[in-house]
Amino acid sequence: MAASSVEELLAKAEQEEAEKLKSITVQKELDLDFDLGNLLACDKNRIETRDFREQKKEDFLRSLARDNTQLLINEIWKLPTERVEEVIVAKLPEPTTRLPREKPPLKPRPPTKWEQFAKLKGIQKKKKTNLVWDETAKEWKRRWGYKRANDDTKEWLIEVPETADPNEDQFAKRVKAKKERVAKNEFNRLKNIARAQKVKTPGVGLVPKAQQSRNELAKAVSVAKVSTASVGRFQDDLPKEKPPKNSGKRRKFDPLIGDFSSEKQKQLDLLKTMGSKKPRLDITKAVNQQMREEDKEEAAAKRRKGGGKRGRKGNMTGKGKAGKAGGGGKAGKAGGGGKRRGKPGKK
Amino acid sequence: MRPLTEEETKVMFEKLSKYIGENIKLLVDRPDGTYCFRLHQDRVYYMSEKILKLATNFSRDKLISVGTCFGKFTKTTKFRLHVTALDFLAPYAKFKVWVKPGAEQSFLYGNHVLKSGLGRITENTMQYQGVVVYSMADVPLGFGVAAKSTQECRRVDPMSIVVFHQADVGEFIRNEDTLT
Repeated sequence: MAASSVEELLAKAEQEEAEKLKSITVQKELDLDFDLGNLLACDKNRIETRDFREQKKEDFLRSLARDNTQLLINEIWKLPTERVEEVIVAKLPEPTTRLPREKPPLKPRPPTKWEQFAKLKGIQKKKKTNLVWDETAKEWKRRWGYKRANDDTKEWLIEVPETADPNEDQFAKRVKAKKERVAKNEFNRLKNIARAQKVKTPGVGLVPKAQQSRNELAKAVSVAKVSTASVGRFQDDLPKEKPPKNSGKRRKFDPLIGDFSSEKQKQLDLLKTMGSKKPRLDITKAVNQQMREEDKEEAAAKRRKGGGKRGRKGNMTGKGKAGKAGGGGKAGKAGGGGKRRGKPGKK
Repeated sequence: MRPLTEEETKVMFEKLSKYIGENIKLLVDRPDGTYCFRLHQDRVYYMSEKILKLATNFSRDKLISVGTCFGKFTKTTKFRLHVTALDFLAPYAKFKVWVKPGAEQSFLYGNHVLKSGLGRITENTMQYQGVVVYSMADVPLGFGVAAKSTQECRRVDPMSIVVFHQADVGEFIRNEDTLT
């Protein structure tokens, strides 16, 4: 009896073990291909279409996915693990499958002007040392950049050459020359880029556009005019073409102490044109003046009713006086439209 | 320092004409000497030619002010009139506003003029017309913009604004640092 119970127990234990293992063991005809670096598992087993049609499709697919994922996880567990902040982490190996390109491959760019010339002449690039011996500081300094050897800009003494103007600032001259070189370099670099990208750049001035504004057209006309062998001297003007105002880069202002009388004259002319532009008759003014006259007449009527005791003098305030004078003057000025009560106007 | 360009002169004259109308030509063309406008660091200065010739001896960064400053051009080329121009606006002003003694102090502190503080106002002042503000003793206090036309001023209630404050002589103390 005991023997049979023991046997039964063992059998039970085995069964249980098998049950447990069943959940993590998967039987496959062909082994899967694993690429643990990409966490990839490729299943080459055939799928029985009969099986697929028999069961519910979702369930079939789900069980297939579960089995394959189980196998992948089993493989991951075989890797060396380490503990990082209370989490067990497996170290993945390098990926073995080659992934396709994300972006298209680079097109070879056209050579720059210098590269073309170097190829033509057969000039090779010479490898230069990083450090150069600086005599004055008696140490090795870098060839260019911060704290370079033989720094031109740090010189405290520049000899004035024989042929130069003694009043010329040699330091400023050096700085200016450097700026020009930098600008020229930048310009050439941009030209190289433009040539590589096949972007059209104009020789001077304007970029061709579909719609050009008034200013751009005017500039284009003036540039075209000057683009002749004799720099536009013998070019006829277009009808109604005005000479270009700001042909230089900088704005040109009048001299500080110019001709005072001409300046005064210009300002007076400006004032005259400004004055002439303002409409001589202001509708609202005329209406206000009308209202004022009506108010005055009403007030006069009231006073006459009230009796002769209150003389007109007493009631005249500053407002009234200015008003009368202003009213008379304004009526004189407002020639043409606007209501007037038969007052003679000065012409 | 440089003279004003056509556009700048136009903008400035338009602003001035709001306060003094056609009397600008009396500023431009004076019987007692040649006076001119010059621009220095965005500020417009009005000076006689004598002073101008003396001022040429100063370098740009050392020169602070020449003659009287009328105002300055803002970054968007609008012209802003300063209180320092009051001496030239006051005698030629076309539209004047007199302020009662009680409201003087308020105006000098930078507040607008209310109807209750209004003493007198020139007849036929338009709304939003540039006006020069005087005390009752005919002392120019500053300038501003009429918020209401004279007609409306008569009818409106005492607590409403009749003149918007733009500049007053109190600024000489308040904005000492920024006036040149």
